[in-house]
Amino acid sequence: MSMLEVKDIHKTYCNVEVLKGVSFTMEKEQTKVIIGPSGTGKSTLLRCINQLSPPDKGEVWLDGEEITSPKADINRIREKIGFVFQEFNLFTHLTALRNISIGLEKVKKIDKETAQKRALEELRRVGLEKQASQYPAQLSGGQKQRVGIARALAMDPDIILFDEPTSALDPELIGDVLDVMKSLAGKVAMLVVTHEMGFARNVADEIIFMEGGYIVEQGPPKEMFTNAKTQRAREFLGRIGALYGGD
Amino acid sequence: MADFLPFFLHSLPDLLNGLGNTFLLTFVSITAGFFIGLSLALGRVYGTKGVNWFCIGYIELIRGTPLLVQLFIIYFGLPSVGIIFTPLQAALIGLAINSGAYQAEYLRGSIQSIESGQMVAARSLGLGKLQAIQHVVLPQALRVSIPAWSNEFIYLLQYSSIAYIIQVSELTAEGKFIAAHTFRYLEIFAMIAIIYLVLTIVSTEIIDRIAKRLSIPGIGAAKGVGLRD
Repeated sequence: MSMLEVKDIHKTYCNVEVLKGVSFTMEKEQTKVIIGPSGTGKSTLLRCINQLSPPDKGEVWLDGEEITSPKADINRIREKIGFVFQEFNLFTHLTALRNISIGLEKVKKIDKETAQKRALEELRRVGLEKQASQYPAQLSGGQKQRVGIARALAMDPDIILFDEPTSALDPELIGDVLDVMKSLAGKVAMLVVTHEMGFARNVADEIIFMEGGYIVEQGPPKEMFTNAKTQRAREFLGRIGALYGGD
Repeated sequence: MADFLPFFLHSLPDLLNGLGNTFLLTFVSITAGFFIGLSLALGRVYGTKGVNWFCIGYIELIRGTPLLVQLFIIYFGLPSVGIIFTPLQAALIGLAINSGAYQAEYLRGSIQSIESGQMVAARSLGLGKLQAIQHVVLPQALRVSIPAWSNEFIYLLQYSSIAYIIQVSELTAEGKFIAAHTFRYLEIFAMIAIIYLVLTIVSTEIIDRIAKRLSIPGIGAAKGVGLRD
């Protein structure tokens, strides 16, 4: 049994079927990168997994528990699924430290002092302990996203979903965020929607290529980048590789 | 005019007496109105369809009718169905109900001004909807609404004077009483105007200071302070 099993997910928005039956699995501490053209349902897929927008059809299983079941305690399950947003979505009224500790205090019911100690450790992990008492408006985009990652990490999740974590950042700020993500590889499972091909090539265990609401092809990065089976994946990777190549 | 000072000192105890009721009307109705308004605003933003319709009905009914008519219904109208209030009770109830409708509308605006992404982020951490509202949305929305709330406070401070029409002896009513006996209308109402003016300036200043103390970079008036990117 895999840690995460996504089975035949369908999702329709405003009469448009965005996901038309998506299935894949993930193991503990694996990193998978989802790539594909815009409007292909990549972000929708992530939101279907943690039930921010529940799928119309299909199942999601985490650690042998069906989280799409109406009986599932979704708040308890979301503790185990971290989410990092493209637009960061930090809590404006809380300092960097409190952004991280609030989940520990209110969801995990850890006392304030212990929670803040833990939050500080997470800030250190993303290189921002000096910014602990700053508010989101006082942080740069890259710093905000690192706080966003620390916030997800602090909950000690089984898996973190990343929804284009660097797309809203200036190019010079992307590196720091990617470095943090690289440092997590192999420690926590990561499912990353991104256009950062360097990251996909060097960090991912597997690449999932999606188009038109389906998974077209998936495989190890080496294979996908040099020897994709489908014509469409070859075209896409060739084009986007030239644009966002990186290391 | 020469004996203005003695006249002023002579009238002062009665005016202060009325001022007590003015304060009572203002503080009780702003506070009760706040809780009414907050409930209505939350009902409008997060409530089910039925709750939403109820809240819209309340807000439109109250904002669509004059405060004076509302007071008349409560004080003169309700006794005919057996519900009798003292003038002060009627005024407190009327002002609170009225203020609640107005506060609901600007609280709703403040709540809706908080980016929905923060709610989504809170839910993704495992916070329940109510927890997310309590710990993420409201701390920001209430800060955003302080300037509007300041306006409402001043409005109530001054328009609590309307209660004199249903025989509540607040500041304006006391003035009217003294003037009717002394015929010194100009002096007494000038005095009263100055009292209202001073109270307004002082309370605005106090609320401003509270707002400053509570301000957080990136929220409401403080928006943009310290922005780096």
